[in-house]
Amino acid sequence: MGTLGGLVILCTGLWIATPHFVTASNLVNVVQQSTIIGVIAVGMTFVILTGGIDLSVGSIVALAGITFGTLVQANVPLPLAAAGALIAGTLCGAVNGALVTIGRLPPFIATLGMMSVARGIALMLSDGRPISGFPAGFRSLATGTVAGIPAPVIIMLALYGAAHFVLTRVRLGRYTYAIGGNEEATALSGVNVRAYKTIVYCISGFVSALTSLLLVARLNSAQPIAGISYELDAIAAVVIGGTSLLGGSGSVVGTLIGALIMSVLRNGLNLLGVSSYVQQVAIGTVIVVAVLVDMALRQRASLPTG
Amino acid sequence: MTTTNGDTAAKTAILRMEGIRKEFPGVVALDGVDLDVRRGEVHVLLGENGAGKSTLMKILSGAYTKDAGRVWIDGMETDISGPRMARELGVGIIYQELTLIPELSAAENVYLGREPRRLRTVVDRSRMIADTRRILNDLGADVPPAAPTRTLSLAQRQLVEIAKALSLEPRILVMDEPTSALTTRETQSLFAAIRRLTARGVAIIYISHRLDEIFEIGDRVTVLRDGRHVSTHTVRSADRRELVRLMANRELDEGISGGTTVRGSELLRVENLTRQGALENVSFSVHAGEIVGIAGLLGAGRTELARVIFGADNADGGRIFVRGKLQNIKSPRDAVRLGIGFLTEDRKAQGLVLGRSVRDNIALPVLRRLSRLGVVRRSEEVALAESYVRDLRIRTPSTSQLALHLSGGNQQKVVLAKWLGCKADILFLDEPTRGIDVGAKQEIYALINKLAASGVGIVMISSELPEVVGLSDRVLVMRGGKIVGEFNRAEATQERLLACAVGA
Ligand SMILES: Nc1ncnc2c1ncn2[C@@H]1O[C@H](COP(=O)(O)OP(=O)(O)OP(=O)(O)O)[C@@H](O)[C@H]1O
Ligand SMILES: [Mg+2]
Repeated sequence: MGTLGGLVILCTGLWIATPHFVTASNLVNVVQQSTIIGVIAVGMTFVILTGGIDLSVGSIVALAGITFGTLVQANVPLPLAAAGALIAGTLCGAVNGALVTIGRLPPFIATLGMMSVARGIALMLSDGRPISGFPAGFRSLATGTVAGIPAPVIIMLALYGAAHFVLTRVRLGRYTYAIGGNEEATALSGVNVRAYKTIVYCISGFVSALTSLLLVARLNSAQPIAGISYELDAIAAVVIGGTSLLGGSGSVVGTLIGALIMSVLRNGLNLLGVSSYVQQVAIGTVIVVAVLVDMALRQRASLPTG
Repeated sequence: MTTTNGDTAAKTAILRMEGIRKEFPGVVALDGVDLDVRRGEVHVLLGENGAGKSTLMKILSGAYTKDAGRVWIDGMETDISGPRMARELGVGIIYQELTLIPELSAAENVYLGREPRRLRTVVDRSRMIADTRRILNDLGADVPPAAPTRTLSLAQRQLVEIAKALSLEPRILVMDEPTSALTTRETQSLFAAIRRLTARGVAIIYISHRLDEIFEIGDRVTVLRDGRHVSTHTVRSADRRELVRLMANRELDEGISGGTTVRGSELLRVENLTRQGALENVSFSVHAGEIVGIAGLLGAGRTELARVIFGADNADGGRIFVRGKLQNIKSPRDAVRLGIGFLTEDRKAQGLVLGRSVRDNIALPVLRRLSRLGVVRRSEEVALAESYVRDLRIRTPSTSQLALHLSGGNQQKVVLAKWLGCKADILFLDEPTRGIDVGAKQEIYALINKLAASGVGIVMISSELPEVVGLSDRVLVMRGGKIVGEFNRAEATQERLLACAVGA
């Protein structure tokens, strides 16, 4: 797999370039920093596999976070407040799904609209101010460890395990690939394409809300301006991971590696003292090069047919 | 040297391919194949599904690069590096799988990349459309040149592909199963066009699994088997049985016969089904164990009828009864739940998910049955796919091969497997044997008969009249969106069906 090779080369390079990269604490740090985008990118992978796109994930992170904060402030018990946030995120996804399937809008447009609407609602609910101060019990979601591994990392890995199982073994996963590969043939096989596409957007909304909980726990604050440009990072992770934007091919394993590459790159450039302006150039370049290499490898493996 | 019309001077070699080899991962598609083609001849390539015909032609057209071998055109050795170079050398090709861009019109597709221009700038649309219309008319094709090709039927799109190849005025023209979607009428117009071309010295390489056509239009025939050259004959001196034996490497009986029919209870009844511009008051019924054939010309409404019953298109009027109960079928999903299956004619656009494996494709309509609590049971899925790969002799290194990498006929077998395996009670088959070789057709006919014998009601749409006549218990003939004739097994002959279809 080309992406894994890329990650290995990147890590080896940094190992040689700086003594600060391969240390236990830095490596844990790198993985922990990948969790936010990593979790969102799971949902994004599903959406992109069907041939769609979800631009609203960053705004859903903000809206779900504010929903959670508002509920906690109103003395709603934590588990219920968390459930409320997850439901809010899933509902946003359901609306996206309905706009795409029933409204027949291009996913780009539907989720672009949601991007603005969800952000707006988050700002309205919070009056534009962050909500701070959460119980320590909740914050352990970000700060806790199990056997030395940070809780967010465990949550992310569990999510990837589940998503991988769903995509390879569960009917929903098979339909996800089939819809992205040939929607018409899938519909003519008797598959309820509309329902499954909607489910996929719901998954994306749900994991965005899950991300918001991780983020609130980490920052001890729910912010209406959280999650800005997360959609681009998530799409980048998916694409670097070898999933085709046309839909129908790719995997969450690739996405996980893609998210790690982004995180390692940021971390490495920081360690090397590269300015944040140059970092943007480097990250953009890596995205383009990764996709070029991936396409070239694919081309060799499967020749065009007439 | 044997020639068919004595014009020896014109019949010099225009193309020679020698020792061509091509390997794909896990498959040797071509293993030292020779081919020589003369000016003004129709050279037929014959071989079973997966024999390597399309691969050899894709090497000639520059779509694939060969692993070994040499190619001469007009006596000059050439190394065809890509499609562009092939075109410059005068090689034209009509690919087996259509390559039109769906959003563009017929005219825009035909002139893609070389649009006629006014003053070298603005595309001269009216000329483009007029020229396209002229070429299509020469083909006797009823195709609107300005409509997006996605709105055209498979046969119409095939005709546009042919027009596109003709408009390039090639000296060597490859036709890879050009008639597999066409009815007799368009086939005859195509043959007339071929004769005009060969009279001008153009060499045609013609691939088809319809043997009658080979005897009608072919001058010489080269038989391929398992990626090897078997023999080359003049068509006149060739014996049909012998050709079939050479390509299959075994004796085959070409006769088609229906099974014995025990007609059971009524499964499907359609009353006055109407769809604006496509169907008009269509009524018929299908009983358990029965094979109902539907014949008709291009545009008669056969595919449309199946699509409307299956819920892929909406009806404007009429009623559908399944097992005696009135049903409102709004989507293919409703149809599948009622036990209706529909094998579509266009395997690339509507039948297959090309980027997924053979196994995934076969299992797609039955995943619900193959799974427990949403988890697909892999062993059952593998068993299903493997049983069909064996029964239909699908040529593939394994069931995890991508559908994309199979030959055209083998892809068709995958689509067949998909619907044979879905255990539908009512099965619509639209051109089920499109692109399937002579031997495999027999096996498919046997499977269709077996299904009918087990109580499935089958509706078979086919442009191959021998197939309709041979298999059907009853044949309905459609013309202009209406059923214009019904024939029982004893009455149905090719001549009668054709006369009824054209309205004579
Ligand atoms: N792109 C590819 N990748 C892998 N295998 C391929 C590819 N294209 C063709 N093959 C294999 O090469 C063999 C020859 O295929 P080809 O398409 O030339 O057959 P064909 O004679 O045209 O058959 P048909 O009558 O079914 O069209 C087949 O076994 C096929 O599976
Ligand atoms: Mg072929």
